[in-house]
Amino acid sequence: MKKIAAVLALLASIGLASGAELLNVSYDPTRELYTEYNAAFAKYWKSKTGQDVTVNQSHGGSGKQARSVLDGLEADVVTLALAYDIDALAEKKLLPDDWQKAFPENSSPYTSTIVFLVRKGNPKGIKDWDDLAKPGIAVITPNPKTSGGARWNYLGAWAYAEQKLNKDEAKVKDFIGKIYKNAPVLDSGARGATTTFVQRGLGDVLIAWENEAYLALKEFGPEKFEIVTPSISILAEPPVAVVDVVAKRHKTEDLAKAYLNYLYSEEGQDIAGKNFYRPRDPKVAAKYASQFGKVSLVTIDDVFGGWKKAQATHFADGGTFDQIYAK
Amino acid sequence: MKRRILPGFRLTLGYSVIYLTLIVLIPFVALTARAFNGTWAHVWGVVTSHRLIVSYQLSFGTALVASLINGVFGFITAWVLTRYRFPGRRVIDSLIDLPFALPTAVAGIALTALYAPNGWVGAPLAKLGIAVAFNRLGILIALVFIGFPFVVRTLQPVLAALTNDVEEAAALLGASRFQTFRRVIFPAALPALITGITLSFGRAVGEYGSVVFISGNIPFKTEITPLLIIAKLEQYDYQGAAGIGLVMLLASFLILAFVNAIQWWNTRRFNSSSL
Repeated sequence: MKKIAAVLALLASIGLASGAELLNVSYDPTRELYTEYNAAFAKYWKSKTGQDVTVNQSHGGSGKQARSVLDGLEADVVTLALAYDIDALAEKKLLPDDWQKAFPENSSPYTSTIVFLVRKGNPKGIKDWDDLAKPGIAVITPNPKTSGGARWNYLGAWAYAEQKLNKDEAKVKDFIGKIYKNAPVLDSGARGATTTFVQRGLGDVLIAWENEAYLALKEFGPEKFEIVTPSISILAEPPVAVVDVVAKRHKTEDLAKAYLNYLYSEEGQDIAGKNFYRPRDPKVAAKYASQFGKVSLVTIDDVFGGWKKAQATHFADGGTFDQIYAK
Repeated sequence: MKRRILPGFRLTLGYSVIYLTLIVLIPFVALTARAFNGTWAHVWGVVTSHRLIVSYQLSFGTALVASLINGVFGFITAWVLTRYRFPGRRVIDSLIDLPFALPTAVAGIALTALYAPNGWVGAPLAKLGIAVAFNRLGILIALVFIGFPFVVRTLQPVLAALTNDVEEAAALLGASRFQTFRRVIFPAALPALITGITLSFGRAVGEYGSVVFISGNIPFKTEITPLLIIAKLEQYDYQGAAGIGLVMLLASFLILAFVNAIQWWNTRRFNSSSL
């Protein structure tokens, strides 16, 4: 990924010496979104300033992408799956600690949530998180240790259990443990889990990003799968940020800022909605409201006290996830 | 000091040392430096945790079994390919290299599709109650797949170089066919066989790409050590990851040293008893 991006960047810099250039380092499921958005932004920028702009994309697992940037991939902007991965960049002083205040809405121009993908007709009658903890249900979800998306899944289940079980931590842990005991496979990434469920035919339910679930539905046909939206889920806020140090060096600060800001414009929001992300803009959101299921969403800040804390409590070594498997 | 007859010793040795330093030694030093960059206690705690110990057993254990399986079937394959002439021999011969050439992720996806409970091979096996994919057996199959060419390719030239006259001499001296194989052919091929098995083992221990697809990655059950390195990296724990890497490196180094010692002992024994 890194190499490809580097080669692309190099090629582009030779061919388009006159135009400006950006490298957007993103995560896996945004590929289609940014392909469409980059074209729209280039058009907008040209009409506004007369300057040609090429936006190069790099996609991969969110954590791996962040590490590439840490190790020197020259990303002007990052658009990752979770704030934790951008926090890691801030820790190395690539951008300021309060980066999440640089753009509106926690620097998350679009949101998503966690839903279930089940087989057509929902033969196991899965309606909510508690159905996943029942014996005899095979749950497909990736490994939270290696997948950012899987961490949202885990926290979604946790948020549900906490409300349902009146914050009794022992009971919540037991509930989560039951769900993960039902997982025959823990793929290393979100796309891998989708493959396991869709292509290998394994499992009764896939816990997935809402946008991934709709994409899978679009790709493999609604005659095979359907989406179940749980009563409570977590508001996934995939954040965006300008990598200040790199942008300064490339002298692309203004362009990078405009690029991310345009995500909040009506056109940007519309593209997000078209790609099954939930738009922030109320007007655009209303337009796409009918395509999403009704769900009450909780935020990571409210329930878990932010990503840093959630990571330390649940996914660090010895955290609640490890405790499920520890004897 | 005796003057060497062959010129260019210093030049070529110099090149070799510099090259090895650049390609092997510097990355190794960087790895070590990264592991010792933090507190000892942290790295030690990581590499000795129960989860890691279980994964070492899995990674090294399955790699060992896989390389032994490859030893047996690789020997037979190399034997067939060098000893007999038959139609399609060249095709088979070129197929051997496929696991070398295939990106490991592709191998992993292909094997998983085949051995998953709804796959061509997996479905009938699942009816018999045998789970291959997302199980230890699946890991074993992936490791056998990627390690196979090493055994065949190291054995082939050795078996091809064994001339008929040695076997004829054995037969003339009254050896049965089995005796000829056991006492003449096998000892000559043994060093190459051990090398092949060792290479196959070394490759299997560190294999990541193909295994993660088929293993299922269940903690304490099917987590290979390289997966835990990735898990550490996902937590931005570079020291822990480097520490695990170092443990794997040292273990592999010890195993290689041990195998080399056997080789050395075997060559000496073989040479002194037969010549």
